[in-house]
Amino acid sequence: MTLTEQTAPGRIEAGAEPTDVADLGAARPLRADVWRRFKRNRLAMLGLGFIILLTLVAIFAPLIAPYGITERSSGHFREGPSLDHWFGTDAIGRDVFSRVVYGARVSLRIGFLATLIALVVGLILGATAGFFGGATDSLIMRFTDVFLAIPYIILAVSIATVVGRSENSIILILGLTGWLFVTRIVRASFLGLRRLEYVEAATALGFSRPRIMFRHILPNALQPIIVYGTIAIGAVILSEAALSFVGVGPQEPIPAWGAMVAQAGGGSLASAPHMLFFPAAAICLTVLAFVFVGDGLRDSLDPKLK
Amino acid sequence: MTSYIIRRLLQIIPTVFVALSFLFFIFFALPGDPAQLIAGGAERSVEPGVLERINERYGLGDPILVQFKDYWQRTIQWDLGESFLNRRSVNEILGERAVASIRLAIWALIIEVLVGLSVGLLSAIRRYSWSDRFTTIVTAVASAIPVFVLGFVLQWLFAVKPNQWDWPEWARLRTSGIGPDSWTLFFIPTGEQWRYLILPAITLASVTTALLARMTRGSMLEVLRSDYMRTARAKGLRERDVVIRHGLRNAMLPVVTLIGLDFGTAIGAAVLTETTFSWPGLGSQIVTSVNDRDLPVLLGLTLAVVLAYAFVNLIVDISYAWFDPRIRLGKGEQA
Repeated sequence: MTLTEQTAPGRIEAGAEPTDVADLGAARPLRADVWRRFKRNRLAMLGLGFIILLTLVAIFAPLIAPYGITERSSGHFREGPSLDHWFGTDAIGRDVFSRVVYGARVSLRIGFLATLIALVVGLILGATAGFFGGATDSLIMRFTDVFLAIPYIILAVSIATVVGRSENSIILILGLTGWLFVTRIVRASFLGLRRLEYVEAATALGFSRPRIMFRHILPNALQPIIVYGTIAIGAVILSEAALSFVGVGPQEPIPAWGAMVAQAGGGSLASAPHMLFFPAAAICLTVLAFVFVGDGLRDSLDPKLK
Repeated sequence: MTSYIIRRLLQIIPTVFVALSFLFFIFFALPGDPAQLIAGGAERSVEPGVLERINERYGLGDPILVQFKDYWQRTIQWDLGESFLNRRSVNEILGERAVASIRLAIWALIIEVLVGLSVGLLSAIRRYSWSDRFTTIVTAVASAIPVFVLGFVLQWLFAVKPNQWDWPEWARLRTSGIGPDSWTLFFIPTGEQWRYLILPAITLASVTTALLARMTRGSMLEVLRSDYMRTARAKGLRERDVVIRHGLRNAMLPVVTLIGLDFGTAIGAAVLTETTFSWPGLGSQIVTSVNDRDLPVLLGLTLAVVLAYAFVNLIVDISYAWFDPRIRLGKGEQA
């Protein structure tokens, strides 16, 4: 909340450039500027590098993984890392390395798609609430308050149980629970921006409301949304891991990292800690990478904030 | 002030009502017949007579609106019904489970406040020292480690390994369960209890401690720059008084907001911690009930959690006035 309130005025100055006609000549240096500042942030670059690597791993998973996700090597149960099985094997002899590699697909797909849904829903609702104000605003905000009153994990776990436990339902759940914060952020930006002169000018020109909302105001409200969206992907992957851990995520044999951690608990902890460490490290590094990139984006988009 | 509190209390009612009704309908309106579940799960085939008897006993055959009305009539009298699974009273389960959760939460809170505040404070005072950098990295990493991963790693490190490495008996902690369940003064563990308590308490505290430390640091840095800190020093106050009484109290305002907002995160962390350590609290019961589709237990416990959540937020709002006397509650709308 405070973040957006501080950010919005910062954007207004930048928004004072010609707004209607897309001035590409002015836009390019700005973007280059952001990239220059971003490059200087070592952690953010490290995070970006990891995300790119992970995406490549996910895309080329069949080429990288030496075994299939259901392939069992008989007689090799809970074996530690070796040359044949880099990350060891799990309780029924499956190769942990291959499953972690394929798990990247699951996590990234869920992370990106769920965040996309959250952003779209949040944008529409938040923009509507912030732009129209009044009764529409209080209705939408009351609605989000109600959902925020249900602790997130309980809401997610309940819905997951009802709509079934699959990758698609997890995407839907995380998307449909993630829009709450997006709505708040977008609304806060819109509340500040809708009173500005260029909006008044656009209204006077007779543009339709959707056009003003999405073509005129939205580009100026985009910064906090981009930053939040980046961090949200990490948060969604974390939530997906948590939901998989409690057993409502994608079901076997789909290799969700959270479910792999859950399998490593109990008796396996003593005999096969590698079953815990590798998927756990995958989750942590991925989440951390998105957090670093998000932080880096925030600092480079708005250097005044720091 | 009083009228503000009353108004806020009244606002809780519709929120809780809509939230619980939503959960109620989710479980009834969407596919999956509860009677079938009570009879043993969606895939199993049951004799038709069984389903009818179940429907009759739990009133599941009634139209959904009638059931909805019945549900709220009972809930208002704080009769939460009985478990589909073993017919135990939900009130009883709630009482039992809540106590275990609260005990764990108290210790987690103690750790959070002690560690989070002091680490944040020290980082802010010694800005850019190596300990500050270290703290910044640790808090960032800590908030990216899933609670359940931390729980398992701690179990492995302090409960599994000590047995394999033959550590002295006093250094061996326990992986899971509540243990002998012996307490004095409600929350102080006695006997062997502490071996079971330490790891889940640390695990539960981890996420919020990291957030608290980071927030305290940021907020303190802001305050340390302000004019009244210079004034306080100029009039010759001891550095400790300057930092604690003038600095920390003013830095607390955004921090308190965060603690309130993070109560939701804390509930999520509690669910995962209790599941990881098989701690018999509300969180682990909620997960079990969701998996069993034990609707009365789920709704009853959720009601308790949602109410607690609402009250914590109320207390947070009220505490603003204490931390910052300039804030007058109830005058004008708060964002």
